Amino acid sequence: MTLNVSTLANPGRRTALRAGGLGVLSVAAIGVLAGAPGMARAKDAHSGDIDILNIALGLEHEAIAAYQVGAQSGLLQKPVLAVAVQFQGHHKGHRDALIGAITKLGGTPVQPKSMNDYAMSLGAASIKSQADILHLAQRLERGAANAYLGVIPSFQDRAFAQVSARLAADEVMHWTALTGALGEALPTMPLTFGG
Amino acid sequence: MRRFEIIAVLLSLALPATVAHAEGDAARGKVVYEDRCGGCHALDANRVGPAHRGVYGRKAGGAPGYDYSLALSRSGLVWTGANLDLWLRDPRALVPGTRMAFHLEDPRERADVIAFLRASSAAKR
Repeated sequence: MTLNVSTLANPGRRTALRAGGLGVLSVAAIGVLAGAPGMARAKDAHSGDIDILNIALGLEHEAIAAYQVGAQSGLLQKPVLAVAVQFQGHHKGHRDALIGAITKLGGTPVQPKSMNDYAMSLGAASIKSQADILHLAQRLERGAANAYLGVIPSFQDRAFAQVSARLAADEVMHWTALTGALGEALPTMPLTFGG
Repeated sequence: MRRFEIIAVLLSLALPATVAHAEGDAARGKVVYEDRCGGCHALDANRVGPAHRGVYGRKAGGAPGYDYSLALSRSGLVWTGANLDLWLRDPRALVPGTRMAFHLEDPRERADVIAFLRASSAAKR
C-alpha cells in the first residue's frame, strides 16, 4: 500500500480549523453550562447525559493513547508524525472540553487507563509499520465518529447533541486525512457515517 | 379467552425480533459491528465498552474485568437474540440507568450484528 504522506502532512488548514474549532466548542456548548448556575445542582437530572459524556471521554482517552503509541513507535515518518501529534492535540482538546462539561454538570470524569492497558487492548504488539499505525488510527477515528453520531438521540439536553455532532465532525476530518494518506479511495456512496 | 388474546399479542410482538435475528447474516454483521460498534467495543478486549466474545447467551454484566453500571449488573437479563435486539434498538429503554446510549436503528443491521455476535460467541478466539 502506498502512503500519500503529502496528503497527511499538510496541516495548515487543519491547524486553522483546530484553532477556531475548540474555541467555538467552548463557547457554544460548554458555555451553555458555564452560563447556567443551576446546572451543577441538577446532576441527577443530567445523569444520563453525564454517562454519555463520560463514554465520549473514554473514547478520547483511548485516541490520545493510540496516537501516543504511534508517536513512540519510531515507525512514523517525520511529517506523518507531526500530523499524528496534531490530531492527538485535537483529541486532547476534546478531552479537556468533556472534562469541563462533566465537572460542571456535577459528574466525575472517567480517568484514563494505563498505557500498558491501552497498548494491549489496541493490539499494539502487532504493529509493524507506519501503515499499521495509520490503519489503527483510521479504524478508531471511524468508530468514534459513528459512536458520537449513534448517541445523539439519547441526549436529554439538545446542546450536547450538537457537541456530539461536532466531535464526530472532527473525527471524520481525521478519518478522511488518514484514508488519503493510506492511498485508499473515499466511499462512493453518500451517508458513510452514522446510518 | 382474554388470556389467549394477550398471549397472541405478546407472540406477535416477540416474533418479529426472533425472526429478525434468525435471519441475520453474520458476515454482514461483522462489517456493521466493526463500523458501528467498533468505536467502543472489541471481541476480545474490554475497551470503553466490554469485550463481546461470548456475549450471546451470557448473563448481562458478565464480561470479566469490566466495570458495569449497577443498572445493567442487576438487570437479570440474559443476552438472547430478542433481548439483544431490544438492547441495540434502545438500550436505555430496556435498562434504565445503563451507561450505553448507542442506538442501532436499522432492524436488518441489528439482526446482522446479533448473528455475528452469536457466531463469534460460539467460535474460540
